[in-house]
Amino acid sequence: MSTIAAPNSGTHPVRAWSGVPVLLGVLVLAFLLHIAVGAKQLSIGTVIEALTNFDQTVFDHVIVRNLRLPRAVLAVIVGASLSLAGALMQGVTRNPLADPALLGLTAGAAFAVVIATSVLGLTSMIFIPWIAMLGALGAALVVYLIARLVPGGATPLSLTLSGAAISAFLSAVISVVHLLDQDTFENLRVWLTGGLAGRDITLLLYVGPPIALALIGGVLLAPRVTVLAMGDEVAQGLGVKTGALKVQLLAVVVVLTACSVALAGPLGFIGLVIPHVVRLYVGSDYRWIVPYAALAGAIYLLGVDTIARVAIPPREISTGIITAMIGAPLFVQLVRRRTR
Amino acid sequence: MSGSATTQQTLRLEGIGLSVGYGGTNVLDNVDLAIPTGEITILIGPNGCGKSTLLKTMARILTPSKGSVLLDGKAIHRLDTKSVAAKLGLLPQGPIAPEGLTVRELVAQGRFPHQTLLRQWTRADEDAVNGAMDIAGITDFADRSVDTLSGGQRQRCWVAMVLAQETDLILLDEPTTFLDLKVQVDLMDLLAGLAHQRGRTLVIVLHELSLAAAYADHLVMMKDGQIVATGTPDDIFTAARLKEVFDLEAKVLRDPDSGRMVCVPSGTRMRSVAPVTAR
Repeated sequence: MSTIAAPNSGTHPVRAWSGVPVLLGVLVLAFLLHIAVGAKQLSIGTVIEALTNFDQTVFDHVIVRNLRLPRAVLAVIVGASLSLAGALMQGVTRNPLADPALLGLTAGAAFAVVIATSVLGLTSMIFIPWIAMLGALGAALVVYLIARLVPGGATPLSLTLSGAAISAFLSAVISVVHLLDQDTFENLRVWLTGGLAGRDITLLLYVGPPIALALIGGVLLAPRVTVLAMGDEVAQGLGVKTGALKVQLLAVVVVLTACSVALAGPLGFIGLVIPHVVRLYVGSDYRWIVPYAALAGAIYLLGVDTIARVAIPPREISTGIITAMIGAPLFVQLVRRRTR
Repeated sequence: MSGSATTQQTLRLEGIGLSVGYGGTNVLDNVDLAIPTGEITILIGPNGCGKSTLLKTMARILTPSKGSVLLDGKAIHRLDTKSVAAKLGLLPQGPIAPEGLTVRELVAQGRFPHQTLLRQWTRADEDAVNGAMDIAGITDFADRSVDTLSGGQRQRCWVAMVLAQETDLILLDEPTTFLDLKVQVDLMDLLAGLAHQRGRTLVIVLHELSLAAAYADHLVMMKDGQIVATGTPDDIFTAARLKEVFDLEAKVLRDPDSGRMVCVPSGTRMRSVAPVTAR
């Protein structure tokens, strides 16, 4: 990624956008590679042909279209969503450790889905995204209320601690459900480790529109996030309606997190690590961090999922495990760099 | 400077009968404040007297329970907040820049009220940012990260951000706090230049009494949520007032060279020296 020109100035939009074509190019390459590798290796040429000039009598084309393309699309959408959500949360809470997973939203969404499917016996896929949204929103509000009760109010530290506590609590409840109801839970076990394998792509019909709206909304709101990150009073002085903006941003983050969880289970570290990596190249203005984080998140999850599929053939590792295994040391490295 | 009749005509910011309360108790109680245009108004008063609250209310950040603030004759709290931001800038107390934000990026945020979804960044924005950095004397470190700068340099960056907003009215809440005396004086010189050379109207909450007396065109003394005295330092910066407002035993002297008022506090255990005798 060192080839990306550092668009370090918020006042030169032309220069700042210059990294976008580079990242788009990398994204296309990662996308094609993701589809090409697997149990049956395909050439990039075959993949392109299958995508542009589909022939259903060619077996390789069918593999590409029916088996691999949906998963690659899923990786792009979920990677971009989680990364963008993490970037927005870091700006709003002025907390470099903010992330949908760390602040309890991911656990809230997962918890709601587990309860709805195992305890309430809900099976229709249509409801999953909405249940996940309710769960993420509920967890976010509880985390915020707990943080506010701490002396000193909802500071980055109190939010992180209360997020960790709520995540741990919800995970514990999920475990209890697991122990009490092994049968239903067996279906959820793989989903709960987070991954893109064997996902129901028809779900995309339901979560696609809200995700698209939230991604666009997030990029449009990004310039305000920088203003908000300078403090409520500075932002209000510059004419930002801080209360309304925070509600809009919460809605964007909840939709992106919940839909990602519905699609791929609770994937950690993407929302935390990717915005930090992006910051090294584009600086601290969210106007640039947010769109770049979306692109980089999509590339990252494509890459991680490619590894998950080919690392120990013929078996497949859960994507969530790989994101954590790569994300954790990457995060430690970032923390070390910042404190040095 | 100008007669009271002309001041009245050009009055752009005015608070009328302002009461502001937090949880039952009034921090401001029926306060009237008119801001003379093109001058420096400085608010002083002991901690908790309501001077910051008054400034924030005048800047529409706080909504009064009674009374109203008029910006160009219209109730500021009912105006669109973004259009207010094109006329009135605010520098709150102790602002913190996001980690890693460069000076230029910080100053550029001052252009927010002038931007829309469709009109993102123009030549005028670029010029305003460069001009503001030039006036504040921070052009040399435009591409450095704000958190690597000294306190005085950082405060100049924030002033530049408010300047980039290109408003005639600028409200500042304790801009000199935690700065070295030399840096405080430099900053106040910068602000005085804005008012007297560039026609900006400034309202500043200050802690330092001697700085307030030295720079104010119009001094406002507050105590217990009320305005106790307003006027020029020559008129109201007296030992009796300081005793009344701050409960401070002090002498107020006139510096023979500059003619400005200086406050010399007298503590009970201060070092005693023989009075200076004429040589």
